[in-house]
Amino acid sequence: MDQGLSSQQATQNVPLPKPPSADDDSTALGKTEEKVFYATQWQLMWWKFRKHKVAMVSAVVIIFMYICAIFAPFIAPYAPTERHRGFLYVPPQKVRFWDENGFSLRPFVYPIEQEIDIMTMQRKYIEDTSKRLPVKFFVRGSSYKLLGLFECDIHLFGVEDGKVFLFGTDNMGRDLFTRVLYGAQISMSIGLVGVFLSLLLGLVFGGISGYYGGAVDNAIQRIIEVLRSFPTIPLWMALGAALPPELSPVGVYMGITIILSLIGWTALGRQVRGKVLALKNEDFVIAARLAGTSEPRIIMTHLIPSFMSHIIASLTLSIPSMILAETSLSFLGIGLRPPVVSWGVMLQQAQNVNTLMMAPWLLIPGVFVVVYVLAFNFLGDGLRDAADPYGV
Amino acid sequence: MPQMPEDTVLQVTNLKKYFPIESGFLRRKVVGNVRAVDGVSFYIKKGRTLGLVGESGCGKTTVARTILRAIDPTEGSILFRTRDGIVDMATLDNEGLKKARTEIQMVFQDPYSSLNPRMPIMDIIAEPLRAHGYSRKDQEERVKELLELVGLRAEYARRYPHSFSGGQRQRIGIARALALNPSVVVADEPVSALDVSVQAQVLNLLLDLQEQMGLTYLFISHDLSVVRYLCDRVAVMYLGRIVELADVDILYGQPRHPYTSTLLSSVPDADPRSAWHAKAIKGEITGPPREVRGCAFAPRCPYAVGICKSTAPELRSISTDESVTHEVACHLAEELELEGVS
Repeated sequence: MDQGLSSQQATQNVPLPKPPSADDDSTALGKTEEKVFYATQWQLMWWKFRKHKVAMVSAVVIIFMYICAIFAPFIAPYAPTERHRGFLYVPPQKVRFWDENGFSLRPFVYPIEQEIDIMTMQRKYIEDTSKRLPVKFFVRGSSYKLLGLFECDIHLFGVEDGKVFLFGTDNMGRDLFTRVLYGAQISMSIGLVGVFLSLLLGLVFGGISGYYGGAVDNAIQRIIEVLRSFPTIPLWMALGAALPPELSPVGVYMGITIILSLIGWTALGRQVRGKVLALKNEDFVIAARLAGTSEPRIIMTHLIPSFMSHIIASLTLSIPSMILAETSLSFLGIGLRPPVVSWGVMLQQAQNVNTLMMAPWLLIPGVFVVVYVLAFNFLGDGLRDAADPYGV
Repeated sequence: MPQMPEDTVLQVTNLKKYFPIESGFLRRKVVGNVRAVDGVSFYIKKGRTLGLVGESGCGKTTVARTILRAIDPTEGSILFRTRDGIVDMATLDNEGLKKARTEIQMVFQDPYSSLNPRMPIMDIIAEPLRAHGYSRKDQEERVKELLELVGLRAEYARRYPHSFSGGQRQRIGIARALALNPSVVVADEPVSALDVSVQAQVLNLLLDLQEQMGLTYLFISHDLSVVRYLCDRVAVMYLGRIVELADVDILYGQPRHPYTSTLLSSVPDADPRSAWHAKAIKGEITGPPREVRGCAFAPRCPYAVGICKSTAPELRSISTDESVTHEVACHLAEELELEGVS
């Protein structure tokens, strides 16, 4: 407290009953306020973010999705390219606990049999309700490498002598549930890698532009304007077509990420420039300069910490656009190509009305795109609100 | 080595700062200059306080920042007496500046933007110490000492700026400025962002520190009563130039420039029985001129005559006594009968 306050209190003639701890302001202030006084920026942000319920839920959803993607080989009952003969376009199977024979604690599915309708020549799948196929957990199946390290053949669930297709199968009899999980690995990481690359580009070019100003600034800003004025889809198509066809699937994946971030960094670059421009003439930066602090250290200890929280928030908001870009490119057939599994590649099969009428479950990967994008948008909202706990 | 009188610590001569106005789409050309500071000269004696007053936009802050070379001057010299001799701040290189700035420091106007909210007080005050190679242990000790010096508790060092009030923050800013034991402190409106009740505390702190440490102040303000309380001599600025510079009693008692007189009349009198009639000043402030012809104040001056519009008046001494400073930049300084305040 300011000294004046205590002296003002002292000049009051009315003898106030003194609380026992009146001279110790830290206890008088209470524990919570005391905690706030010592709180770092990140603590303050976390307290503020915690209040944003939707963002918290989204964060949990996103973390859950990433865990599922990382452990995809374990969770998925089959291998992503495994074809099940005689099971083309199988609709999603129901997992049951209950039928006319009574309740079973262990979930089960019915075996399915293919029939050809003589009139329409269409495949139909009939559930054989006389037999239960119990779903077993931690069963042995095809072998895989968990986290790319451990040889393993245990799957989370599966059925013996039969099949389980939670999301149905596609035109080649591949399990859609398995493929959604494996597709998540590619689709959900391409956004992160792409965003990381654009962060790098945005920080470097935006930082230089804002810090040095003048002709350099002018040049970088004009380049950004030119980049932003291209219609994106044709540009992606051109760049996607420019990728050499003999490239390996992983090479194409890297190529696509680089293409996405080459165009994606501009918005971020402008944000960084704006922040640097505002901050470099902030009083505390001038004070640091007058104190004799070197320029690199001013950048590291004053500038970057001051805008990092904003950058993280806007990065979170730009991940969805990355994944949408990947999905649209792959959907158009110029992004990732089979045998790589991504949500966009899977949606490519759902392109014509015929298949859609026959097998609407092929759109399930789209549902995951929507959930993922929405969750990231909400998370980004929450982060943006929490990003500046000082309200500057 | 440049020379200046024995007891002078800081001597600014013909200081100019022009900000270029650029125009053009691809090839930007300088089409004019904003003359933020246009030929300012003054000196400050050791242990004394010079006040710099003027309305918003007259170039006070630019003068302050130019003296510390936070911005580079366009022209002029800034002689500063350091422990190792006199240096010209205007021409020092980075190495020399770092050294000189251990002896001349600044207190900022806004106690909120001048402290990095992401750093604990300890790191904020220790920043100059760290930059000059103090060990971590020495930094901690010195910060505690400084906090107590400015009337804060040493335990506060681990707190963040958001836990302090405006007045406390300004004390922290002062502690940072004093960290390296400077001889000169440039205070840029240090109390104008504070509540009136807190202003007095901070002003008294500044006075106490001056007495204890023998500090020399350049005190910038737009508040005439604050300046009168703190300063020995006062310079009045209008649109980048000093229009009047005098010992504090003379400036307040017998102003010789019409602008000073108008400023003084705008200070409200605390006596409720006296009728207060501020001289309304004609017109709006024109902003720093791009071209100078005649006296900058002439468009608003009630006494302006022909010569005022054609020839710019020089700052000249009108004092008859050697020991008294009184300089005015007005053609009519001797003829006008102007009102001061008691």
